[in-house]
Amino acid sequence: MDDKLNIVTTFLHNIIVYNIPLLYGTVGEITIEKSGSLNLGVEGTMAVGAIFGYILGCYANSMVVGVLVAFLTAALCGLIFAVLTVTFQANQNITGLTITTFGLGVFFFVGNGVKAVSWPAMNNYANIQNGFADLAIPGLSNIPVLGEVLFDHNILVYLGIVIALVMWWYLKYTRTGLRLRSVGENPAAADSVGINVRRYKYLHICLGSGIMGIGGYYMGLNMNGSLSSSCWINGYGWIAVALVIFANWSPAFAMVGTVVFGFFNTLRVSGPSLAMAFPGPLGWLAGVPSQLYQALPFIITALVLIATSVKKSKNSGQPAALGLNYFREER
Amino acid sequence: MKKRILALVMAGVMALSLAACGGNSDPKSSNSGTADSDFKVGAIYINKKTDTAGYTYAHHKGITTAMDELGLDPDSQLVIVDEVPEEDDKVAAAVDTLVGEGCDIIFGISFNYLNAMNAKAEEYPEVIFSHATGYLSNETNFNNYFGRIYQARYLTGVAAGLKSLETGNNNVGYVSAFDTEYAETCSGINGFALGVQSVNPDATVYVKELGAWSDEQNEYAFAEELINSYDCGIIAQHCDSAQPQIAAEKAGVFGCGYNSDMTVDAPKAHLTAAVWNWDVYYKTAIETAMTCGGAENFVTAMGGPAYYEGLVKGLVGVSELSDNCAPDTQAYLDAIVDLLATGEWDVFSGVKLSYTKNEDGTVTITQTDSALKTNDGKEIVPAGGKSVEDSVITGTMNYFVEGVKVG
Repeated sequence: MDDKLNIVTTFLHNIIVYNIPLLYGTVGEITIEKSGSLNLGVEGTMAVGAIFGYILGCYANSMVVGVLVAFLTAALCGLIFAVLTVTFQANQNITGLTITTFGLGVFFFVGNGVKAVSWPAMNNYANIQNGFADLAIPGLSNIPVLGEVLFDHNILVYLGIVIALVMWWYLKYTRTGLRLRSVGENPAAADSVGINVRRYKYLHICLGSGIMGIGGYYMGLNMNGSLSSSCWINGYGWIAVALVIFANWSPAFAMVGTVVFGFFNTLRVSGPSLAMAFPGPLGWLAGVPSQLYQALPFIITALVLIATSVKKSKNSGQPAALGLNYFREER
Repeated sequence: MKKRILALVMAGVMALSLAACGGNSDPKSSNSGTADSDFKVGAIYINKKTDTAGYTYAHHKGITTAMDELGLDPDSQLVIVDEVPEEDDKVAAAVDTLVGEGCDIIFGISFNYLNAMNAKAEEYPEVIFSHATGYLSNETNFNNYFGRIYQARYLTGVAAGLKSLETGNNNVGYVSAFDTEYAETCSGINGFALGVQSVNPDATVYVKELGAWSDEQNEYAFAEELINSYDCGIIAQHCDSAQPQIAAEKAGVFGCGYNSDMTVDAPKAHLTAAVWNWDVYYKTAIETAMTCGGAENFVTAMGGPAYYEGLVKGLVGVSELSDNCAPDTQAYLDAIVDLLATGEWDVFSGVKLSYTKNEDGTVTITQTDSALKTNDGKEIVPAGGKSVEDSVITGTMNYFVEGVKVG
């Protein structure tokens, strides 16, 4: 029985470990979208944060440096996006896609470049390795099953949840959060009451991008800093864009979205083990072809998009001016 | 007037720079006095030529190493079209480019290039076409090549089996890109499992299928799952990255890598890896292409349309055994390689091997007739029977041998 319990615990634990980057990406994108800007560059922004955060974090042998560098370099991607779309009024969709292409290019350019000289292996940097090790919360982690599932994670998992909660509180209960929302809903009105629309957009595009960057750094660390031929981000940035809609632009719901999505994502890894442990109720999981498991995240994403667009309620969190550039002189 | 002068000046500059370009290329053409420096090699890659690990990297390294050894200059005599997807029109376009560049032999490294290469071989009879991992060919200028990697996997299986005896854990995990839908992955799993069982008959090999040739994140996650939920003490793999070995290292178990010596990635876990030495083929092929006197003679000069070699020729092998291996592992492997060299035994035959360690440290092999059976009890080769056909190993093998379980 212990074995079976162990399999379930591992499954639930992994849902969080492998999918927390989605939370970073989603919360970051929500922050940006709440300012009325649609940044499709999540994938590239995460990649930039990941590669610089990892390499410089290793050189400094400090995870704090890694997190800061990831945040700042990703915020720089946000700055590029802001300059192009806010100041120069470029099309947001195209600019976002460009940021993705650019970010992935930077990822491989820098990654392969450093690798050609000497790649910093995570094994050699004790502070990074220990910094990313699981940190059991005293007391809470002793609760059977739930303790290990929820309260025995690396510090970046906790940080992601803290950021999500803080952003939720910030958007909902602070004055600047309210102003930010007004910029996203109706920038002309916000402008007319003296809110500096540009400054709000710039700040939050950079802040949101920075949050994504930490998520990218997480993915690099979760891959043990081993770089071969594929990018660490692996499409998670795109899923985050969809999760924003699923979460109805709420950082708190983003946590739910991450877990729901993570459940199906992780089923691919753990499905056969669950089938082995519970041949009666879950035996059928073993018969699901791996190709279907592979497609599942995207099928779920599509279903979510359909479901949310069908039930377009009054309380949709989508900012009214999302994706529209604000040009003051056309006010 | 000013504009006209400017235009004239610009035209002058352009003419000069054109002349400069021409000047630059002159030394190259004047170099090409001998036949060798005229010879051009073309290659079509599935991934980037700048990769530093993985499948494309292994082939690129093989081609450049072979060219260096033959005194050809990869910088000027190797033309590459990389990142070519497995679509007929893209492959055909790549071939046209390479023929246009004057390539004498064109290598295509990915399986689904086969139809386009087959068609193009007919269109350009004066060019040699050589296709990795496929099965199409003709009698003149188009061959295919592959290697008996299952032999190398058998050896890594023996190393894993000896380690499992040492640790007392009979559960062995295997992270595979695919399982039975490709003979390549299927024969690899079977070869490995037979190797494990030749030293530890009680061992079970649990296979987890990724469903993709490369999926780094799940390569790690699957290995972790095999270790945690199936209690595997050794993790073998058929996938590109070293993630399964890193997972083994983190969990404090052992592993067998693939493609390159993964001891650097997992110094405390890695035993040995099944590796390709593609330069062995590329050297033979390029040398033959240069000397066979015309593309139409290539297939005959290569001794047939399908090049399929293994441990004996060195096309496949195992990386240097790490200190994590059980003692005497090397002696076991040496004995098996010696036996393979005699040509009287192969992995998928009705003869099983068992071993006795001698006092002087060498290992003696005993051959016992025993039927090769699938894991659902079907007999593939009767006791004492000959090895299954090469065409089965490369093309149609779609069953697991005894002792393999899908996890």
